[in-house]
Amino acid sequence: MTTVADGEADHALSAPAVKGTCPFDPPPAYEQAHKAGPISRVSLWDDSPCWLLTGYRQVRFVLGDRRFSADARLPGFPFLSPGRRELLDRTTPSFIRLDDPEHSRQRRMLTGDFIIKRVEAMRPQIQQIVDETLDRMIAQGGPADLVSQFALPVPSLVICLLLGVPYADHEFFQAQSRVLLDITTSIEEVESANRELTTYLVELAGRKQKEPDESVLGRLVARGELSLDEAAAMGVLLLIAGHETTANMTSLGTLALLQNPEQAERLRSDPSLIKGAVEELLRYLTIVHLGIPRVALEDLEIDGTLIRAGDGVLCMASTANRDEEMFADGGQLDVTRDARRHLAFGFGVHQCLGQPLARAELQIALQTLLERLPDLRLAVPFEEIRYRSDMVVFGVQELPVEW
Amino acid sequence: MQVTINQDRCCGSGQCVLTAPTVFDQGEDDGLVQLLQEQPEPAVQSQVQLAAALCPGNAITVHDGADA
Repeated sequence: MTTVADGEADHALSAPAVKGTCPFDPPPAYEQAHKAGPISRVSLWDDSPCWLLTGYRQVRFVLGDRRFSADARLPGFPFLSPGRRELLDRTTPSFIRLDDPEHSRQRRMLTGDFIIKRVEAMRPQIQQIVDETLDRMIAQGGPADLVSQFALPVPSLVICLLLGVPYADHEFFQAQSRVLLDITTSIEEVESANRELTTYLVELAGRKQKEPDESVLGRLVARGELSLDEAAAMGVLLLIAGHETTANMTSLGTLALLQNPEQAERLRSDPSLIKGAVEELLRYLTIVHLGIPRVALEDLEIDGTLIRAGDGVLCMASTANRDEEMFADGGQLDVTRDARRHLAFGFGVHQCLGQPLARAELQIALQTLLERLPDLRLAVPFEEIRYRSDMVVFGVQELPVEW
Repeated sequence: MQVTINQDRCCGSGQCVLTAPTVFDQGEDDGLVQLLQEQPEPAVQSQVQLAAALCPGNAITVHDGADA
């Protein structure tokens, strides 16, 4: 049995690790470590030791077990960068970083908004948003940046729909959320956009208190449990959680299909494959690529390795989703594979709340793109594409395309 | 096959409704799991097994065997 305090054997492994030549693959160092065993030790940016779980079974176990906490305020919680630790000192943690019962209390204010039935009913409106966004991109002519022209605006407009932002304010809402998520903007600009959006959402929540509607914001204020400020904070949380992830899956998913033309061709010739294809793209790309952090609340053993209370654990969904034990030829993209057991949305009580919406958006966006632009192709050599390697959500910075 | 659910564990991910829509539903307001068939017909039993495996909150228990 080994513990985190023992030996320095694999201390050379650090997190985050650098990506290899294929942008779709997890870092080679992690794949190498996984070959030696599903549990490794890594050192973080501040040299603190942490467990790295790379196997499907082990990642699923930790994320599904309440003896591992998501509370970032607990000692030993593994931070992926100094910036994220600083952020914790300045902000109130959202329920993503809280344990039950408080996590569950807050999450359950929103679970009713994301039920399958409600999301299915939104499909015609999502299709309309996708069609109109694509119309605009096509009208402007190629080459176009698929990220800024398509992948970002679609989820932004869907969130407007979800929160109940009136049409006249979409432009403002989109502009502010663009700043909030743009990796090139300064901290000051991000904070200013955050303030603008919060002020706007507080005011909007106030209006919905007087004239209730069925939007998320309308339903939140109607519950009467939250102040307008708290309801607005939930709105910002949904904006960030739902925007960046869906946008990056859309653009990186498109790139993966362009690089695997036989897979794109299969999808074009049999549109009924789209649901399975989206699950496969989620598995294959696993854009939450730096790992899902947890801290052990008590001593426990996983596959003969003792994890002590207070030890940090990084759950690598990206390598877990390619674990040969679960997915044969996991390194291959195969849109006909049954990939439903993937862990791209996480696992356990924190599993992505918006996953039904994300699925609907990705299915509609990718299918429409393939159908309407049969000659879609890269406008630059593949090697020139730049990636968001150091961001929590992986993706492409820009995706220049022609059609 | 006998199915039981535990709403306290449910986190409203919707995986069960997506996987076995004739056996599971979600409350309109709270999004929590509801059981439509306690003893699912054989045709959907493999879907129910998968739904239980996919449930992130471990809120679904499948008891196999005729009397269970």
